Amino acid sequence: MAHFKKKRGKSSPEVSTASLPDIIFMLLFFFMVVTVLRDGERLVKVVVPEATQLQKLEQKSLVNHIWIGRPIEKYQAVYGTKPRIQLGDKFATEHDIPLFLEQHKIKVPEPQRPAITSSLKVDGDVTMGIVTDVKTILRKSGQLKVNYSARPKQK
Amino acid sequence: MAKTSSRDRMKNEINAGSMADIAFLLLIFFLVTTTIDVDKGITVKLPPWSDEAPEIQQLRSRNVFSVLVNAQDQLLVRGELTDINDLRERAKEFISNPQKREDLSTDPKNAIISLKNDRGTSYKQYLAVYNELKAAYDELWDEECERLYGIPYSDELPIAYKKAIKDKIPMVLSEAEPTNFGEEN
Repeated sequence: MAHFKKKRGKSSPEVSTASLPDIIFMLLFFFMVVTVLRDGERLVKVVVPEATQLQKLEQKSLVNHIWIGRPIEKYQAVYGTKPRIQLGDKFATEHDIPLFLEQHKIKVPEPQRPAITSSLKVDGDVTMGIVTDVKTILRKSGQLKVNYSARPKQK
Repeated sequence: MAKTSSRDRMKNEINAGSMADIAFLLLIFFLVTTTIDVDKGITVKLPPWSDEAPEIQQLRSRNVFSVLVNAQDQLLVRGELTDINDLRERAKEFISNPQKREDLSTDPKNAIISLKNDRGTSYKQYLAVYNELKAAYDELWDEECERLYGIPYSDELPIAYKKAIKDKIPMVLSEAEPTNFGEEN
């Protein structure tokens, strides 16, 4: 009988915290998956050229991306095959760039604004004409720090 | 007696000990498969825009290293057709002028590289040329750094070191307004 009593005494269990790490892990996975997907749709085909003298872009929040390339097949019927600019997740012309830069700028705290870099992701087969136009606009808007995106050369 | 013990076992919770292992397994799987694509590229500082035409500066032609790229992606370096693979060596020789030749720059400080392309030049070729010119400077900085401080040049160097090197060999790359002969696509 003493045996049974002992058992009853034990049966006031605390809430099990064993599953807590699992819940945390689930959250972690959720965020990992979401961050990968949140990259946005590519409307233009961009294969950046290869280069060797590469520098890493620090601090993602200070970088805005300008994509230049030919529209992907799905959009060729509407937008043709001439190189196009993509800002954010839509097609744009070079005249939309100043507004785009300004919209990015206001999200950055003021002391960090001089460090804002524009990352030009340009397809290797695009000719310099459109790139020059974009560069001119960037200079006119005072966005002088530019990074020509490239991938490391395969040896 | 046997009955009680089986009821006791039913009260037991599911063994959660292995859950952590499963979670870790998944975590490691995701860590391995996700590629954190680092943004890399060639960082450039563009010149500020001014509406006035720039002053025409008289430069001694020996101090100017002109690189022209046409719409057929051919290179004209100082008046002669050059292969892109030779560009880096030629630029390095021009800037440092180790033999003190008459036709190369008087001093690295005075050396100017002038790059001009066509609107029909492919971006790939433009970046390749830019990359070679940047590489020429990077290699010269590296050599200078080895000589002065005995360590290779890197972005993590103290600012004073970097400044000393860049004062000696400043990177002057001027880009002219592109010509408009070639066909754009």
